[in-house]
Amino acid sequence: MDAGLLLLLSGLLLLSGSAFAAFCWAARTGQFANLQASAGEIFADEAAMRHAVDRSVRAPVLLFLGSAMAWLLLGSVLGLVAALKMTHPHFLDQSAWLNFGRLRPAHLNVVIYGWCSCAGIGVGVWLMARLCQTITRHGSLLIAAAVFWNAGVLVGLVGILGGDSRGIEWLEFPGYATPLLFVAYGLIAIWATLVLRHRRCGHLYVSLWYLLAAFLWFPWLYGTANLLLIWHPVQGSAQAAINWWFAHNILGLWFTPLGLAAAFYLIPKVIGEPIHSYYLSLLGFWSLALFYSWNGMHHLIGGPFPAWMVSASVVASLMMLIPVITVAINFHSTMRGHFGTLKWSPTLRFIVLGSMSYTLVSVQGSLQAIPGVNGVLHFTDFTVGHAHLGMYGFFSMVMFGAIYFLMPRLVEWEWPSARLIRWHFWLSVTGISLMATALMLGGLGQGMILNDPAIPFMTTLSWVGPFRMIRSAAGGLLLIGHLLFAYHFLLICRRAGPEKSTPTLLAEPEGAA
Amino acid sequence: MSHLPRLFIGLFATFLLAWLGLVLYPMVTLGRLAPVESSGEWFPEPLSDAAIVGQQVYAANGCVYCHSQQIRQPAVTDSDIRRGWGSRPTVARDYVREKPVFLGTMRSGPDLTNVGKRLSDPLWHYQHLFEPSIVTPGSIMPAFRHLFTIQIRGSEPSPLAVPVGGPHAPPDGYEVIPTEEAQALVAYLLSLKREYPLPEAPEPNLEKRP
Repeated sequence: MDAGLLLLLSGLLLLSGSAFAAFCWAARTGQFANLQASAGEIFADEAAMRHAVDRSVRAPVLLFLGSAMAWLLLGSVLGLVAALKMTHPHFLDQSAWLNFGRLRPAHLNVVIYGWCSCAGIGVGVWLMARLCQTITRHGSLLIAAAVFWNAGVLVGLVGILGGDSRGIEWLEFPGYATPLLFVAYGLIAIWATLVLRHRRCGHLYVSLWYLLAAFLWFPWLYGTANLLLIWHPVQGSAQAAINWWFAHNILGLWFTPLGLAAAFYLIPKVIGEPIHSYYLSLLGFWSLALFYSWNGMHHLIGGPFPAWMVSASVVASLMMLIPVITVAINFHSTMRGHFGTLKWSPTLRFIVLGSMSYTLVSVQGSLQAIPGVNGVLHFTDFTVGHAHLGMYGFFSMVMFGAIYFLMPRLVEWEWPSARLIRWHFWLSVTGISLMATALMLGGLGQGMILNDPAIPFMTTLSWVGPFRMIRSAAGGLLLIGHLLFAYHFLLICRRAGPEKSTPTLLAEPEGAA
Repeated sequence: MSHLPRLFIGLFATFLLAWLGLVLYPMVTLGRLAPVESSGEWFPEPLSDAAIVGQQVYAANGCVYCHSQQIRQPAVTDSDIRRGWGSRPTVARDYVREKPVFLGTMRSGPDLTNVGKRLSDPLWHYQHLFEPSIVTPGSIMPAFRHLFTIQIRGSEPSPLAVPVGGPHAPPDGYEVIPTEEAQALVAYLLSLKREYPLPEAPEPNLEKRP
């Protein structure tokens, strides 16, 4: 390493270190005033106010969630067909549009930008209005945003299937689709600024921190990646560095904060007690901001990059244990004594399971970044299993839970069927467990075979084949669950069934009269 | 009382740090790398016009989801070299002419870093793209039929015609012709030869280890 590089690196380390020290100092000396009082902030709003806020965002949130639901169904079908093609390559092989090489990115982008982002924005917008206690008068901005966002995803999808995919993972949308997403984002940002200006809350609750972070980081991430990879590509392997800086951060700095914002609000809300430690939630927040953004290069271990970049990411990946364990301890301590709630609350079932997956998938991710482990697992199905555990086991589960909570408040109608919720829950849990386990076992063996040059390459395929069939079956279970969920969503939107005076629960709450 | 400005400064600063390190730094330093000259030849070699088009066909049809193009450092694993996919690890300079760079993250199929050297017969590639099982029994690669046309054979067979027998053969009197896209893709695949000598990437000696 040359001297300039060493200087840069030590400068970065020094800056990160002092930022962290400054945070610890600020927290210890009470710079964050009334920490535990802020934790109670979410119980301070009055019922009438809450209803007025909910009503004011009803149309745009329903639009985002409804389109999220449509993308979820389409994304599941695309994923299932792509999965089947990995074991039955001649399945539906007559059309260029249905070729595996196009279906796979179509699945990923529909799920990421269609389902996950629309659900995340819908839930995030509702949360933001609630946390700021703002009755929004600018719902039309959000409605326009939803239209632009969906148009962007649709144009991108048709582009990919039609043969315009850019072939850069997580950024396959052709350059003519993404401007629509940026317009949508701009409208959301204007709305968020207005809500923030007219906020009536006393403190900024931690969920709001996560939301603002996500909304601030997203344009920087997506803008940088599109500018430097799609519209005006930079030279050489820097493309791969930027690609994985983006692809990892879109998970860590867009979806993760959106998911955690929902969890930090809904867990205390459902059990009726504030979060265990507000201090821990702040520590978790800032360590996530500091370390997650450095993680991306662990997708490129052993690759054509300066060694320090990869090393920095491996270290940052291990440092991720701090925010992850902090959040896990905090959630667990909040839930302690309330685990019985999981028997009856649909929201909490999904969210607590999602939070557990978050801990599991993050710890797993840290371990996968260790070079010796990565050398075996990197080019295998293990990574695919890991990605699904993250985006489904964590993020989608939290979104399901949030949707179960907010829909009755938005449409002022209870969920018509506890049985449908129960089926959706068990199909999701069984499906994702089966899928992740199969892919990880398959991937582990695949990696061990790949790393033994004495075994012919084709043996990797005969090994992963059966695991991939289990993965397809698991995908089928998830699809059935999504069909039931979407049907139920349609029912509640149409206010179907008899009117109920109490929420739809999965069992009688303990201690209820 | 509001933490808002402090919050925004914190969010901005943490993100900026990583952005400087993982985006701006590689963009500037790796962006400055140039091909090297060795006895009158430039490495990596410039891509032909057809290969540049082929690169986009590779992107559009998702080859990268199953095929990598990198030989990892032996310090992480030496299996890439021992499998015969390359004689040395690939380095940043190997990719200065690539847009996009297809390092890949999955090996459902073999690595293609040096496929142009390993499999240098264009006919093999055409048959493989039309129906992978013809040349690789047990392959799970999709058949890229949309990169071919089936046309009536004239009095003389077309010089481009790809011989296809067995269950996937065209009907009698017809022949399989690769489209321009297929020809570009094969030109790109054949151009993938990253075994030229580079000063920063000596061939590692793996013999010492058992």
